[in-house]
Amino acid sequence: MAITRDQVLHVARLARLDLSEAEVEQLTGELGAILDAVSKVSELDLADVPPTSHPLDLVNSWAEDEPHDSLPLEDVLRNAPASERDMFRVPPTA
Amino acid sequence: MTAGVDTLRLTAEDALGLVERGEVSAEELHGAYLDAIGERDPELHAFLRTVDEPEGSSIPIALKDVISTRGVETTAGSKILSGYVPVFDATVAARCKAAGLTLLGKTNTDEFAMGSSTENSAFGPSRNPWDPSRVPGGSGGGTAAAVSGGLAPWGLGSDTGGSIKQPSALCGNVGLRPTYGTVSRYGVVAFASSLDQIGPVAKTVRDVALLYRIVSGRDPCDSTTVELPAPVELPTAERLDGLRIGVPRQAVALEAIEPGVRSAFEAVLALAEELGAHVDECDLPLSFEYGLPCYYLIAPAEASSNLARYDGVRYGPRSEGETYRDAVERTRDDGFGAEPKRRIMLGTYALSAGYYDAYYGQAQKVRTLIVREHATAFESFDVLATPTSPTVAFPIGDKAADPLAMYACDLLTIPSCLAGLPGLSVPCGLSEGLPVGLQLVGPQFAENALFRAGHALERALGLDLVPERLRT
Amino acid sequence: MTWEPVIGLEIHVQLKTRTKMFCRCPVGFGAAPNTQTCPVCLGFPGALPVPNRTAIEWVVKLGLALGCEIAPRAVFARKNYFYPDLPKGYQISQYDLPSCIDGNVIVPLPDGEHAVGIVRAHLEEDAAKNVHVGGRTGRIGGAEYTLVDYNRGGTPLVEIVTAPDIHSAEEAKRFLQLLRQTIVELGISDAEMEKGTLRVDANVSVRPAGSDELRTRCEIKNMNSFTHIARGIEAEVERQIAVWESGGEVEQHTYDFDVATGTLTPRRAKEEADDYRYFPEPDLVPVEPPEDIVDRLRSELPELPAQRIGRIGETLDHERALVLVTGGLDPLWEATVAAGADGVAASNVIANQLVGAGVDPGAVAANELAKLVEARDRIPRTAFDEAIGRVGEPGFSAEPYVAQEVVSDTAALEPVVDAILAANPGQVEQYRGGKDGLLGFFVGQVMKETKGQADPRAVNELVRAKLAG
Repeated sequence: MAITRDQVLHVARLARLDLSEAEVEQLTGELGAILDAVSKVSELDLADVPPTSHPLDLVNSWAEDEPHDSLPLEDVLRNAPASERDMFRVPPTA
Repeated sequence: MTAGVDTLRLTAEDALGLVERGEVSAEELHGAYLDAIGERDPELHAFLRTVDEPEGSSIPIALKDVISTRGVETTAGSKILSGYVPVFDATVAARCKAAGLTLLGKTNTDEFAMGSSTENSAFGPSRNPWDPSRVPGGSGGGTAAAVSGGLAPWGLGSDTGGSIKQPSALCGNVGLRPTYGTVSRYGVVAFASSLDQIGPVAKTVRDVALLYRIVSGRDPCDSTTVELPAPVELPTAERLDGLRIGVPRQAVALEAIEPGVRSAFEAVLALAEELGAHVDECDLPLSFEYGLPCYYLIAPAEASSNLARYDGVRYGPRSEGETYRDAVERTRDDGFGAEPKRRIMLGTYALSAGYYDAYYGQAQKVRTLIVREHATAFESFDVLATPTSPTVAFPIGDKAADPLAMYACDLLTIPSCLAGLPGLSVPCGLSEGLPVGLQLVGPQFAENALFRAGHALERALGLDLVPERLRT
Repeated sequence: MTWEPVIGLEIHVQLKTRTKMFCRCPVGFGAAPNTQTCPVCLGFPGALPVPNRTAIEWVVKLGLALGCEIAPRAVFARKNYFYPDLPKGYQISQYDLPSCIDGNVIVPLPDGEHAVGIVRAHLEEDAAKNVHVGGRTGRIGGAEYTLVDYNRGGTPLVEIVTAPDIHSAEEAKRFLQLLRQTIVELGISDAEMEKGTLRVDANVSVRPAGSDELRTRCEIKNMNSFTHIARGIEAEVERQIAVWESGGEVEQHTYDFDVATGTLTPRRAKEEADDYRYFPEPDLVPVEPPEDIVDRLRSELPELPAQRIGRIGETLDHERALVLVTGGLDPLWEATVAAGADGVAASNVIANQLVGAGVDPGAVAANELAKLVEARDRIPRTAFDEAIGRVGEPGFSAEPYVAQEVVSDTAALEPVVDAILAANPGQVEQYRGGKDGLLGFFVGQVMKETKGQADPRAVNELVRAKLAG
C-alpha cells in the first residue's frame, strides 16, 4: 500500500509538521510499509459489525454544573514560552 | 547500605512493614533507594530525575514520566516537554501521596509511551538489569528496570499495547495492566485514549495488588472511569484448584515465539495443572491475526489528535517562526522524535477524508470482533494464558531501525488491550539467562482472579528475581 | 425570470450555565485574562473533559421546543484543526450522532404559516479569544502578534442548523425573532447578538421561482443584529441574481457583510480545504437521555412562542401576534384584554406607545392599562401620553387621567377655529384652491392653541365645515 510523496506532504501539512526533505523521503518509505501491514484489516467483510469506540459499556458520565476554583494566574503562565499582559503570546496568524 | 534494607530483595510489603514497625524511617528508606540509584542508575538509566527530599511518611514509589507530578518536571520522554513542570498532580500521583507514598523519581519511557524498548526516549535508552547491553522493554522500561534493579520498591507505569506487561516480562517482575476504566488517566500524558491505562509494577503479585488498591476507583476528573464492583483482595491461596486456563491456539502457534520462551511457558502451564488448574486450548481466530494491524490504526489515530496540543503556545520549548503556523510546524518537527512523527503521520492519514472508512473505521469494527472473541472465550475459561513477549530481552539497537519489527513485540499483549481487559505478567522462568513472562488475561474486573492465579504460581515457582549479575 | 431566495441559517447559542462545557471553570464576562481557566480548558498534558449535565439537559429542552427528535444515543466527536484559540488542537463537538435532529419551527407570515426545518442541534465548546496586536485596529491583517485569553474557551454552545427552507430576508428575520424568544423563555441563554451570546451565519443561494433545484450557495458571516442579517441576505440575493442573469455562475465563497456600506466582502480563500478528521471522542462516553427524563422535560415545557402566536393570532391576527410574542409582550396583552380592553386597541397601545415609552411590561398593572386603552380617544393626547409613560410605576392609577375629557363641544371650539382661520388667510385660500393637505395644518394649529385638550375629530369636522362654508 504505497503512499506517494504528495500524500506525505499533504498529511504533514494537516499534522503541522515541518518535515525536512530527508524526513519526507524516509517517512514515505516507512509509512508505505506500515500501511501495507495495517491494511490487512480490509481483508475482513465487516459491513454488519458496529464499531467499538469505548471498551467499557458506559454511558451518561457527567458532572453537576458547580464551579471549581480556577488556576491562579501564575500557574496558568508558569510554563508559557512567551506571554504578555497575562496572555499567551504567539506570532501573528496571518 | 542502610541496615536491613537490601533494595534488591525488598518487596513493597516488606518495606511497608519496616516503616510501620519503626525499624526504618521513611527518610532512611528513601535515602537507601537514592543510594542504590546513585550506584546502579548511571548504568541502567532507569530514572530521568530523582526527588531528594521525601515528602510522605511511607515508602517511596517511582512514577513513569508520563504521569504529571506537581512541581516536578514531567517530559513523557520527549524534548517537546523538556522543562515542563506540571501545576497539578495526576490523580494517580495524588492518590499515592494521599497514601503517604513518597515520590522517589520519574522513570524513563519511550517518547509519549510509543515503543517497546525505551530506545525511543529522547533522553537515551534504559538498560536491562539482567544484561545492560539489552533493552528493558518498553515503553515503561524505566519503571521495570528500576524495580528489578533494586532502585525502587514499586512503581506505576502506563500500558496502551503492552507497555507495562512487556517490560515486566523482559526485566523479570510483575506488572498489571488493569481493566480499562478502573484507574484514572487524568493527568497522564495521553497516547491513545481508549487504550491507555495506568498500572502497578512490583516484585510480587501481592505488591501489585496492594498498589492497584491504592490507585484504582472512579475519578470524577476522568469520565471514562468506574467504581470497582468488588474490593481488591490481596491473594493468599497457593493452589489453583478449579481454575480454568485457556491457551489461545493462534497465539502459541505464532512463529515469532522463541523456543526458550515457549518451553518456559509450557513448563509453567504444567505447573499450573499440578496446582489443580485445568488447562485447555481455545480459539481466538481473529484476535491474534488482526490485533496488531487493528491496534496500529486505532492507537496512532487517537495519538495524532492527542498530540496536537504540543504546539509551543502554552508549554514546552518553542521554535521561532514568522507566523503562528510556521512556529507551530517547526516546534513540532524539532520537538518530536521519529516514532511520534511516524505515528502522528499514520494516524492523521488513517482519519483523513477518503481514508477514514477503510482504515480507522474498519479498525474500530475489527476491534468489536476482538471484544466478542474474548467474551466468548471467557464463557468457558476463567483466564487466558500466553507468553507476555515472543522473545526475551533483545540487544539495544537490534530492532531500532525497523519499526515493524519493533511493533511485533506487542503481538501477544495487544489483543486483550483492544478489548479493555486486564492482563497480569508474572515471571515464569528464564531462557538463556534472561527472564520470561507469563501473561494472564481475564474478563473485565477480574483482577482478583488474576492476582490469585499469579500469586499461587509465583509461590510455587519460587524464582529468584534478583538479576543474576547483581546477586551478592 | 423570477428568482426565489433559498436560505439556511446556522445559529450558535451560548448557554448560560454556571460552568464550562467540559470543565467546571466559571463562565462569566469581564474577568481578567486567563483567570477562569484550568488544565482542562487550557489543554495541559493529561487533562480530560467532563461534560456539564445542565448543558446536556438544556440542549434536550431546546430540541424538544424546536420539535426535534431527541437522539437516543448522542456521541461527542473531535473536530481537529490548529488555531491559537483552540488549545487542544481539536474542538469537542458532535458530528454524526448529535443530540437533536429533525425538528421544525412554524413561522407566521402574512400569507400564512411556513415550516422551517431544523436539521440538527448539537453541543460543542466555544473557542478562546485571540487578541491581534499591532497592525490596523486589531484586525488580523497586518497584526504583529497575537495574544490568547482562554477565559471564553470551553463555554457551552448549542449549534442549530436549519434546512434551506427560508425564502426571504423577512422570513429569516421573523424566524430568528421567534427562535430567540423561545430560547430566552426556556431560560437557557440570553441570546443577545450584540453580546455574542447569539451568533448567526446565513447560507444563501437563489433558484428560478417554482423550481426545486439547489444551486451553489455562499455563506455570510459577521452580522450583528437581525436587521443586519436581513439586509445582508437581501444584498447577497441581489448579487447572486445579477451573476446568474449576466450569464455567469455563482462560486462558493464566504462573505462578511458591512451594514454601514451595504457591501459584501469576500473572505480570503483558505490555502487548503479543512479536513477536520472527525472521530468519536474517546475521552467521553455516549449520552443516552433516559426516556423518563425526556418525558419530564417535554411535559415541563411552557406554552412556547410559536404556539402562542398561533393561539393569539386567531383572536387578533398573526402579524400583531408575532409582534407581541416575539417582544415578550403577550402576557401583558392577555391580562389587559382579560381586564376588559379591546384586543386590537390594547395590542396597538402595548406594541407601540408602551414600548416606545420604554416602559417595562412586567411592571404594569393590567387593570390600569385597560382603563387607559379604553379612554384613549376620549382623553387629551397629552394626558394619554403622560399616563402611558408612568403606567409602570408602582401604585399607578389611571383615574386622574381618564377623568380628563377632551373638549369636543363645538361652542367652545368655534372661536378658536375662527381665530386660526383668520390668522392664516393665505393657507385658507390655498386650501379652497385645492390644496386639501392643509387641513392638517389648521387642525394642528387648533390643537396647539388648545394645548392638546381639544378632540381632534371634532376639530377636524369643524375646520372642514368652516372652510367649506
